[in-house]
Amino acid sequence: MLLEYFQMIDRVVALSPEAITVCSHVPEASPVFEGHFPGHPLVPGVLLIETMAQASGYMLLARMGFARMPFLASVKEAKLRSFVAPLAELTIEASLVHEGSGYSVTSARIVSDGKRICDSELSFRVLDFPDPRLEAAMRKRAAEIGLNEVPAP
Amino acid sequence: MASAFERIADIIAENSEVKREDITPDSHVINDLGIDSLDFLDIVFAIDKAFGIKVPVEAWTQEVNAGTAPAEQYFVMKNLAARIDELVAAKQA
Repeated sequence: MLLEYFQMIDRVVALSPEAITVCSHVPEASPVFEGHFPGHPLVPGVLLIETMAQASGYMLLARMGFARMPFLASVKEAKLRSFVAPLAELTIEASLVHEGSGYSVTSARIVSDGKRICDSELSFRVLDFPDPRLEAAMRKRAAEIGLNEVPAP
Repeated sequence: MASAFERIADIIAENSEVKREDITPDSHVINDLGIDSLDFLDIVFAIDKAFGIKVPVEAWTQEVNAGTAPAEQYFVMKNLAARIDELVAAKQA
């Protein structure tokens, strides 16, 4: 996990057409922690939501064979239940709720050490890649986190 | 059971700031009711769920943008309700 580069996912653990499980290790230090908060470093809640969105996004990308790109559109019923401090180990789960015409909806949650961290329902606009560099970057990062290597759960 | 128009109007009122009484069969969803794209996404999701269909919004939008169909065909309430009825009937056929 590199918070300052929005690299929220470290590794794909399990993947099926309608669900994904990924894991992430919160680093000990990050520029983000210098401001959030001095003397009391915590992963910002918005980045926990981003983490759930990225897990959902990789599931959707895999499902679509990287034909299109999901962009986060809405966050519903988000509950930030527990603080996340440096060195935490996170497990992120996302599942498909609905696949519509030009959009998808997922349900996602993060757990750490058996404790519920956060959960939400997320909506995505699904659009053509606006730039081939974005598609290349998504494919590269997906390969780095092992999106294409894991067996179905 | 309520008509498709009634159900869609209820869904719009529940998923936007539009008052239910302001929605008529001749209302244009975007031009008259002012539904923005994000509210429309929520509304389509709710319609998909309520009717058990997949509203082909992308195909409709492409037709309108290409000039092969008037926007009113899909986005005026009475016509939208008719399209939903057609989709439900096609699914049940």
